[in-house]
This record gives sequence, structure tokens and C-alpha cells, in this order.
Amino acid sequence: MTATLTQDVPIERSTGYWAGVWSRLRRDPVSLACMAVLAVIVGACVLAPWLTSHDPAVGSVILRLKPVGTPGHILGTDELGRDMLTRLLYGGRTSLVMGAVPVVLALLIGGSLGMVAGFVGGRVNTAIMRSVDVVFAFPSILLAVAIAGAMGAGIVNALLALTIVLIPPLVRVTEAATTQVRRLDYVEAARASGAGAFTILRVHVVGNVLGPVLVYAASQLSVAIIMAAGLSFIGLGAKPPTPEWGLMLNTLRGAIYSQPMLAALPGVFIFAVSLSFNLLSDGLRQAMELG
Amino acid sequence: MIAYLLKRLAAAVPVALAVSLICFLLVQLAPGDPLSVVLPSDATQEQIDATKARYGLDRPLVVQYALWLGNVLQGDLGTSIATGRPVGAEIANALGYSLSLAALAAGMAVVLGVGLGMVAGYSAGGWLDKLASAIAISGVSVPHYWLGIVLVVVFSAELNWLPAMGAANGDPGLTDRLRHMILPAIALAAMPMGIITRSVRALVAETLGREFVSALVARGLGQGAVFVHVAKNVAPTALAVLGVQIGYLMAGSILVETVFAWPGTGSLLNQAILQRDLPLLQGTILVLAMIFVGLNLIVDIVQPLFDPRISRT
Repeated sequence: MTATLTQDVPIERSTGYWAGVWSRLRRDPVSLACMAVLAVIVGACVLAPWLTSHDPAVGSVILRLKPVGTPGHILGTDELGRDMLTRLLYGGRTSLVMGAVPVVLALLIGGSLGMVAGFVGGRVNTAIMRSVDVVFAFPSILLAVAIAGAMGAGIVNALLALTIVLIPPLVRVTEAATTQVRRLDYVEAARASGAGAFTILRVHVVGNVLGPVLVYAASQLSVAIIMAAGLSFIGLGAKPPTPEWGLMLNTLRGAIYSQPMLAALPGVFIFAVSLSFNLLSDGLRQAMELG
Repeated sequence: MIAYLLKRLAAAVPVALAVSLICFLLVQLAPGDPLSVVLPSDATQEQIDATKARYGLDRPLVVQYALWLGNVLQGDLGTSIATGRPVGAEIANALGYSLSLAALAAGMAVVLGVGLGMVAGYSAGGWLDKLASAIAISGVSVPHYWLGIVLVVVFSAELNWLPAMGAANGDPGLTDRLRHMILPAIALAAMPMGIITRSVRALVAETLGREFVSALVARGLGQGAVFVHVAKNVAPTALAVLGVQIGYLMAGSILVETVFAWPGTGSLLNQAILQRDLPLLQGTILVLAMIFVGLNLIVDIVQPLFDPRISRT
């Protein structure tokens, strides 16, 4: 008995919360596949100038609407004879930035507002949450179209419109998570032992709120990509000749009958990115054991 | 119950006012001077002031809002810059098309979403659950305007089964009208279908795990009777999801209507954007947002019928 007790039992070192999340995420084949798809698409878009020798803005009149598999133009050419692969890669840069930037901005602004509302409570909470409620009175896509439509076409206007639309849900998610954490015993203990509000926020609240908020933000990336390309699709957002997936879908509509594969191609990328972010959000939720 | 109804109605008023305020301010966002359309570029200061006074633009913003709101409440949404027709008439014309399309799409989304969600929730973890969940997440992730294009490619260009464009002009029979509605309705229904499936699945799985269900089974209730209890517990939350989703569906139709050249409010918005017709944009957004507010109100009112506890709080 005593012999076994004195034996060296290998004690596993605690690896921390995020390492645990990562190791669970790594064992989920769906999440891995999504990360791979996203890495390939994002990587290819970033490396576009090195992957293709064509100019995304220059076409050739005699090479209009060539089908997928044309020598020299693997994915064919568009209605102005520009190389499709090149335009899809450069277009991805625009589309991904237009989807990701509003989510990051909304995460920073909405996350801070939500934490303040949840942590301070009282009148501050009421003021912030009631203002946010007003935006919820609009379906998000309608408000985005309204704002971008009033300000006029342009990538910056679309970014602004999407950011405004994405802030309120992030405020709500962060506020709910913060309110929950604030009532926990260890936060009370930290307060009792003299920790200042900022220290409590930084040490205890951010760490605990980050999980659910990141899961939510990942799913918002999917929504944002669809809405950003959608705005360009209806003439808000990117303007020709800027390559952008939604805008390409629109300008290729004339080719639906002659080259249906070409006409549908840009949407495949929007779908792949949006689906990957959604599945990754689900995987992350499970890996964080948020239920 | 009546007190609850009044409370809900009273709560909807400030929301509706806030929505109208945002729609009013929308026009202020527009770049450029609104008078540049009516005034010559070499107009004198007196001319500018006179025109401003004529349009009420010399008054404080609050007064302008009050005047605008008064007109709106009397059904005057302004005049379209592009067509010169009253905005209200343009919207009334288009709204029927959008509502009928939305109704068909909502029907599809609710039937499929609730059905798939029930199946998935009951078989949580099984292959049926996996299949239903895969369909749901694809629906949530698919850009509906692209789905519309794919549907046109497959069912119109390749198979030639269904029309790709328009709403069948003149006085088409019901069948012809329906044939024009099927593809856009499917494209519109995909996303709400996915979200409804996911919500119902989570609700059903959670309800089935609760003690009262085990107690009902232990008491010897049959499958059907237990299902009624589960459905009753799922209904209030599911209704809230439905209300929001149907509102989103109407808003999402701006993109789908563009694909299918469907002459509804979406096409109206598209037209307003292309021609920078701000009164038309403002009016259409206002009407669609008010429909959304109304839908949420209806959900609030219907919910206690399934769960009387809601009206008592």
C-alpha cells in the first residue's frame, strides 16, 4: 500500500483551457476540413499575384465567355474575356476583406459595449441595451441595404453598413455572457479582495466571455460574407471593374444560358467560405463544451 | 390577458417610432445637397433660401421629422423622383407580389424546418439527425441569390421545367403564377428553413431530456400523447424564431427578386438604389420594417396561447 503511494505517479500538467479546446478541435474531422478549406482559399487569394500571370482587369474581346477547361484559362473567361481564375482569386481578396473587417470591428465595438453594459449594469445597461434593441427592429439585411443604399455604392460604405448591422447581436451576446460571469463567486471574491473594476474585467471577465463571443463571431463571419457579396450583387459595395464574388455573380448573369458553369462559379466560393465558417463555429462550440 | 395585450401594444409604439426615426434619418446619410436636383448650379442665396423654405428644409430637424411623420401617418410617403408617382402607390403595387412570394416561401420553410427539426431532435445523434443537420447548415450557409441562379441553371436552362423570370404578366391562371413562384420561393426559403430546423432540433432534444417527459413515459403514455406535450413546450420559442425568420425572409427577397425579376418590393428597392431614388428607398424600407415590427407583435400576442405563463409575467 505504502509502496504504491511512494511510487512516482506521472502527473499530467494542466495544459490550460485554450490548449484543451484546440486538442478537442483537432480531433474533429469536420472542423479540420473546414480549416483546410479556409486556409486554401484565403492562402490562394493572398498569393494571387504569384499564382496567376493574368491581369484581373484586362480582358480580350476574342476570348469572351470561354468555358471551364480552356487552355491557358483553366476556369474559363468572363463576359469581358478576363481570366476567371485570376478574377476569382483577386475577387476573393475583396469579398473576404468586406466580410471579415465588419465582423472584427463589430467584435471590438460590440464586445466592449456589451462588457460595459453587463459589468456596470443599472442605467448604463438599460441605455446601451435599449439603443441596441432599436436596431433589432430591422431585419439585418434590410438595414444594411438601407444604409448602404442611402450612402451610395462603394466598398467603404458597405463596410460601414455591415459593421452597424453586426454590432447589436454582438452586444447582446457579450452582455449576456458578462452578466452571467459577474454573478459568479470568484468575481465577488476578487472584488472583496480589493481588485479594481478594470483588473476584474481584464483577468476574469474577458477570459470567460471570449469563448461564447468567438463562437458567435465565427458564425457572423458566414453571415457577413453572404451579406457583403449580396450588397455588391445588387450594385452596392464593390463597383466594376473591381473583382468581387457577388459583383461577378451579377455581371455573369447574362451567361446563365450560354455558360451556366461560369455563371455559378463565384457563388461556389461564397458558399464554401460561408459553410466552413458556420461548421467551424459549431465545432468550436462543441470543443469549448458550451453545449 | 387583456392587460398583457395592451402592454405589448404599448411596447410596440416606441419601437415603431424609433424605426420611423431611423428611416427619416436615412435620407440625411445621403451624400450631396438634396436641393441640387431642383436648383440650377448658379442659384442665388435668395433662391436657395426660398426653395429651402418651400420644402421645409429651413426648419429644425425635429420639426422636419414631425412633419414627415404626420404625412406618413396619413399615408403620404412622398413622391418617387424617378417615376413621379406617389411612393405609396408604387409600394402598394409591389407589396402583393412580395407578400405572396414570402407566404409561399415561409410555408415551405416552416413545414420543412419544423419537420426536419422534429426528426433530428427525436433521433439526436443518429444518422437521420446528421442528415437533417447537414441539410440545415447548408441552408443557413448558402447565399440565397446564388441558390436562385443555380436553380435557374438547373430547372430553367437545363431541364426547361420552370420559368426563370418575372411573374407572368397580364392575367395568368393560378397554375402559371405558381410556376413562376416556385424557384424564387425555394431560394428564399433555404436560409429560414435551416435556422428553423436548427432551433426546433435543439428545442426538441432539450425537451425530450427533461424529467417530465420520462415521467409521462413512465406513466404509460403513448408516443402520440407524449409528442403533444413536447410540441406544447417547444411551440412558444419556435414561434418566436418563426416570426423573426419570416421577417428576414421578406427582407432577403431584395436579392432573390433581383435574380428572378420578380416585381415586388425587392425589385422596387433595387430600382431605388440604381436610380438613387431616395424617397422610394425610404418609403419601401419603412414599410418593410413596419411589417417586421408587426410580425414581432403578432408573435408576442400568439405566444401566450401556447404558454399562458408568458402573459402573467
